Amino acid sequence: MDMALPVVNATAAVFARVSAAFNAPLARAVVFGVHIDGHLVVEGLLIAVIVFQLSRKSYKPPKKPLTEKEIDELCDEWEPEPLCPPIKEGARIDTPMLESAAGPHTIVDGKEVVNFASANYLGLIGNEKIIDSCIGSLEKYGVGSCGPRGFYGTIDVHLDCESKIANFLGTPDSILYSYGISTIFSVIPAFCKKGDIIVADEGVHWAVQNGLHLSRSTVVYFKHNDMASLASTLEKLTRGNKRAEKIRRYIVVESIYQNSGQIAPLDEIVRLKEKYRFRVILEESHSFGVLGKSGRGLAEHYGVPIEKIDIITAGMGNALATDGGFCSGSVRVVDHQRLSSSGYVFSASLPPYLASAAVSAVNYLEENPSVLANLRSNIALLHKKLSDTPGLEISSHVLSPIVFLKLNKSTGSPTTDLDLLETIADKVLKEDSVFIVTSKKSNLDRCKLPLGIRLFVSAGHTESDISRLSSSLKRVSASVLSDY
Amino acid sequence: MVRLPYTTALTTLFSYGLLFAFGQLRDFFRKFVDWFKAKNVKGYAPICLGLEDFYVRRLYLRIQDCFGRPIASAPDSWFDVVERTSNDNNKTLQCTSNTTRCLNLGSYNYLGFAAADEYCTPRVIESLKKYSASTCSVRVDGGTTKLHAELEELAARFVGKPAAILFGMGYVTNSAIIPCLIGKGGLIISDSLNHNSIVNGARGSGATVRVFQHNSPAHLEEVLREQIAGGQPRTHRPWKKIIVIVEGIYSMEGELCKLPEIIAVCKKYKAYTYLDEAHSIGAVGQSGRGVCELLGVDPADVDIMMGTFTKSFGSCGGYIAASKEIIQHLKQSCPAHLYATSMSPPAVQQVISAIKVILGEDGSNRGAQKLARIRENSNFFRSELKKMGFEVLGDNDSPVMPIMLYNPAKIPAFSRECLRQKVAVVTVAFPATPLLLARARICISASHTREDLMKALDVISRVGDLVGIKYFPAEPPKIAEADHDKLE
Repeated sequence: MDMALPVVNATAAVFARVSAAFNAPLARAVVFGVHIDGHLVVEGLLIAVIVFQLSRKSYKPPKKPLTEKEIDELCDEWEPEPLCPPIKEGARIDTPMLESAAGPHTIVDGKEVVNFASANYLGLIGNEKIIDSCIGSLEKYGVGSCGPRGFYGTIDVHLDCESKIANFLGTPDSILYSYGISTIFSVIPAFCKKGDIIVADEGVHWAVQNGLHLSRSTVVYFKHNDMASLASTLEKLTRGNKRAEKIRRYIVVESIYQNSGQIAPLDEIVRLKEKYRFRVILEESHSFGVLGKSGRGLAEHYGVPIEKIDIITAGMGNALATDGGFCSGSVRVVDHQRLSSSGYVFSASLPPYLASAAVSAVNYLEENPSVLANLRSNIALLHKKLSDTPGLEISSHVLSPIVFLKLNKSTGSPTTDLDLLETIADKVLKEDSVFIVTSKKSNLDRCKLPLGIRLFVSAGHTESDISRLSSSLKRVSASVLSDY
Repeated sequence: MVRLPYTTALTTLFSYGLLFAFGQLRDFFRKFVDWFKAKNVKGYAPICLGLEDFYVRRLYLRIQDCFGRPIASAPDSWFDVVERTSNDNNKTLQCTSNTTRCLNLGSYNYLGFAAADEYCTPRVIESLKKYSASTCSVRVDGGTTKLHAELEELAARFVGKPAAILFGMGYVTNSAIIPCLIGKGGLIISDSLNHNSIVNGARGSGATVRVFQHNSPAHLEEVLREQIAGGQPRTHRPWKKIIVIVEGIYSMEGELCKLPEIIAVCKKYKAYTYLDEAHSIGAVGQSGRGVCELLGVDPADVDIMMGTFTKSFGSCGGYIAASKEIIQHLKQSCPAHLYATSMSPPAVQQVISAIKVILGEDGSNRGAQKLARIRENSNFFRSELKKMGFEVLGDNDSPVMPIMLYNPAKIPAFSRECLRQKVAVVTVAFPATPLLLARARICISASHTREDLMKALDVISRVGDLVGIKYFPAEPPKIAEADHDKLE
């Protein structure tokens, strides 16, 4: 007890002296009217140490970029793949060569054959009036138009053709493209951007698939030509999705599918589109000039008013027997494409003689609607005659000018199927002089529909042509498919 | 290279800023006006939201009459431009039935095959009567005629490659071929100023795309080294293959590609080369064979050569020339060959006849005359323009010459004033060129005579003074010598 007290006293004295030492010089320091006490100094030092530690970078092992020598070694070691894969043995590479116009009768490899391989639905190849108008155009304008539409490539025949097609269809305006296949894959990216929703049929052809891929939108496929699947897909996408109201939504269908010959039920699609507020892009390459009482396409066939279809595109290389394509719709739709559709802005315009051929073809269709009756009776006759072909069955719609024959029983692998079909086509050509073709598939195409033989019926075919085809096909398929 | 003076850059930016401000003001008022008018399309999102089409509505529509001018005759050296009027301040234009005969400095008519030609047109009409305007079929089905086979062989011989394949449209050629050659796991290195068709093809292929500085082999080497050493993004696996895509003549700059250096770099690093000769085939080179001939590059060193028939041959369509294996592979897998209608037979015949004229196989020397004339015309025109003080881009021998305008107000001024004086020029602005670098582009043709060029120079000089685009000092005229003679 006696010892503790002096120790405590001594410690207190030391503290007092230390604090006096601290306080003394600073007792006179008054910063902004605040006395600086000793503890503030300690606190200040602590804060300084904390800030210093926080500002130092955490330790990471230093990154060493590759030295020049290492890069050289990597570049030397690297071996690229060859630019194209080696050609498979036995792959068919030669195509039949035509030596005359591709009408219902043509000359292939020196022999006269009946031609079921050209989509010449109205029989306009070789039509005198069209050839005369082309000759007039060639003499006046030359062949090419030498410029894109924006830079003196717009020739008055283009404007005539656009207004003619718009009048024929009954839409406010239309726009011409210079190549059939580029129409759809330029139209889709012009309207659909990243973040939009597109519902497309899984059987659409490569050009549509390419357009969907280039648009970078969200694409959802529904089962081929199955309206129940479409309805459920639309329901799933819009139910509970508040954001869906603000983004653009499209349904993409073809009127007559190239890969199967089915016809899309437009009235059902329009009903669904109005219910769920989607816009419709309709690809009418094979139905323009074919379906409908006067050839105005799928909308006329189903009796749907043309204003309900937002965007109609078509290639003119089929019924109209010319080249190029068009897109038709409201004035807003068409004007938008004149500046944002890449296949229109960055490409030379359609050669003028093809545009005048299109105008003459539409005139011909307006003046002679009986040609459609010929086409329809030919298709019906073909269906009747081919209904009992051994080993093959017709899987296309009864009104479709593309008659699609597929194998009754698939062998299991698509390559053997294709081999069989090509053998049939070859034999029919060599033995009976009837020119037919199988459907082709590129390895970039992701459509999974089965391959088959595609017959393109024309209004220029006669009954005897069709009888020749059916008897030849029955005979050859009986012999080739008898083992399967 | 474009040398943009500071004052010009400032004034151009100021002009665009002013236009932008006015556009926003008008949009603001439009919102009020539209609020009162009923909207009858309920529930559908608009085709263009908000600012997506601001440039079109507020800037482009003001000068819409400078673009898309229709013509009523063949796009030859003189043609008829249809006059258009507008009664709602340029929002819509109506064609009248009046035409003006103007000098054509805008069409891609390098060798003068645009109008009816004495050798080509009779043969084209014959082929039209024989094969009709279209085959209505794809190439692999029933669309290959003897003409197509003949042209493929002729095109391969002309370009100097073993084999070639044809397509009906140049744009589709690029967009459908590139995905066949390269896919996921590959690398595409393309020039920063490449054409939209190449960009689309590269995007559609699924490969990784890297860009190198325009026409700079040094930067290309840097990018190649970095990419080969780094490998695929994230996984760092080695690339499957690398393709470098360049163009022969860049249509907005008029420059030739530095082909020998780029080929050397690609060979060193084992990358494949793809040369797009849309503007240069038929127009440059001693016998019209393109950039390879002009710059002394062996065609066997370029892996794939692509070109179009629209510009120098007066037709439509495109081709790819490469080794036999690549062409066979393309014939089996290229979607444009398997799904697209084949090229129209009269157009094929036009190209065949045009190539025969150029090679001199038609029995006359018109081809050699045309090639000499376009070279003379281009060099003469370019040197005269430079002497007058205009800023002209492009290399010698290239028939494309852009004249820099920069300021957005000068675009319609130059275009309209030239049209008033019967010269038709093409002006290009954003988005085809960078925002500040608007230009007028002149395309010279072999069918322009010396008088045509003198008239064009005269008009352009006068309009240039009016509009104020002579950015460089003009060379003093050569009267000093005559005065000297007089004094002595």
